[in-house]
Amino acid sequence: MVIIAQGPQVEAGFPSPAADHTEGGLDLVRLVVKRPAATFFMRVVGSSMSGAGILDGDLLVVDRSITPKEHDIVVAVVDGGFACKRVERAGKGWVLASDGVGPTIPIDPDCGIDIWGVVSWSFREHCRR
Amino acid sequence: MKAYALVDCNNFYVSCERVFNPYLRGIPVVVLSNNDGCAVARSNEAKQLGITMGAPYFQISRLCERNAVAVLSSNYALYADMSARVMSVIADDAPAYEIYSIDECFVDLTGIPGDLVPQCRALRMKVMGWTGIPVSIGIGPTKTLAKLANRLAQKSAKADGVVDLASRPDLIETALKRVEVGDVWGVGRRYAERLSGFGVGTAYDLAQWGMAKAKHEFGVVLARTVAELCGEVVHDMETQPQPRQSCTCSRSFGTPTNDIEAVAAAISEFAQTAAERLRHDGMAAGHIQIYAQTNRFKKDAPQAALCGARALTPPTADSGRIVRTALALIRTCRNPDGCEWAKAGVLLTDLCHADRVQADLFTITDERKSSALMKAIDGVNTRFGRRTLSFGPSTDEAGWRMRRETLSPSWTTNWSDIPKVKG
Repeated sequence: MVIIAQGPQVEAGFPSPAADHTEGGLDLVRLVVKRPAATFFMRVVGSSMSGAGILDGDLLVVDRSITPKEHDIVVAVVDGGFACKRVERAGKGWVLASDGVGPTIPIDPDCGIDIWGVVSWSFREHCRR
Repeated sequence: MKAYALVDCNNFYVSCERVFNPYLRGIPVVVLSNNDGCAVARSNEAKQLGITMGAPYFQISRLCERNAVAVLSSNYALYADMSARVMSVIADDAPAYEIYSIDECFVDLTGIPGDLVPQCRALRMKVMGWTGIPVSIGIGPTKTLAKLANRLAQKSAKADGVVDLASRPDLIETALKRVEVGDVWGVGRRYAERLSGFGVGTAYDLAQWGMAKAKHEFGVVLARTVAELCGEVVHDMETQPQPRQSCTCSRSFGTPTNDIEAVAAAISEFAQTAAERLRHDGMAAGHIQIYAQTNRFKKDAPQAALCGARALTPPTADSGRIVRTALALIRTCRNPDGCEWAKAGVLLTDLCHADRVQADLFTITDERKSSALMKAIDGVNTRFGRRTLSFGPSTDEAGWRMRRETLSPSWTTNWSDIPKVKG
């Protein structure tokens, strides 16, 4: 969504005192997509991450340029598909957790379980008409 | 001394598919060309099964079934988007770069201080991290040697994706000996066959010839390749895109047809696509050629070709005029009976800048009206989808449309196709 601030249209009369102060308007894409080459969108199916505020049908912004850290919400590759999880530390290694629900999964690229990208934003539509 | 790097995406189409379908990792994968005709990309596992580049699908279909090879149609929307991402990561870090193809980019590293290898490894890791696409990087004192180094980087596990011949000229001789002459940039299959008659088997053999002999036996193009193999720069960076010389649109039909009206409908559509490309580049064409042909691989079927050409005076980018001329040309062709048309195309040549078209005293056309109409049509089609407005015969549900039976979703270019993630 882009809201464009209009410049002054009327050419006659007293010049607008705001003419020198117009700015670009608020661009949601620029706020959310910091590095376009590394940013992807995904759709959530299921509610295992509701504890983290991510519900069924939510839109995720996934930034692959961010190095994952403890407590980050990520998209991970599990069983040949994508899963939204939280990264936690377990002893020396890292695990994927479903925010308190269900068992944790050790991250192990050799077993095909690794992090695809870090979730930087999530979106939910509240009114469709 | 110069230092060029060639960044090349490994098995690019397959790698794009694997980013969004992790199930494809580690298994043999083949991507087919338009109309699911030939293998145009293969994973390393598929290469190991002996599937060659360009192999017709009907020849490898049983091999694919037996080995559970994942076979996919080309998803050009996905590959174009991923290519733009890879190129933008390279462009961020490169002082000067030249996009050479959808999956290759030259970078000028001349004068960059320090060891180039670790810097290129870092770029490789960054492209992989940001986009998921694995790349190999070859560095050489000429573009041809950079390309050769890239080939070795892809083949050798020890290289870890980067081979540098620019800072290590002592390695060039060994490198040249390891590459077959047919795999040298600028040496085609036909040249390679002729060269083998002279006992030239490797890039090293060719470099030993020297420019004079290459020019004498094959001409200036091969002589340039020899010069580049010997470290002399002939091809510098081309950061400005070359102006178009011609504009073509041709396709194989999904289903061959003996209906000349269907061929005419296809040609009408190709003419419009070509005209759109002209207008996009601000060009006009002074000559049009149309053709249709039967499947030359079907040896037992009757073979024929239709061809027609005409000057466009004055040069134009008007879809209406180009389509009318194309249709007039196909009507004048003699249509032999019993032929199954398998491919057709439109070729526009004699291109010039649209705003520099010479007026013609003897032809009355209203160019200003035409250009306003074209602008309006292009505007409607951009806003409401391709071919919302079009010229010529209706082409809905036409059999010649592309066959893409195992097409993956448009993961990155269509909201309804974005990947699903289990929450």
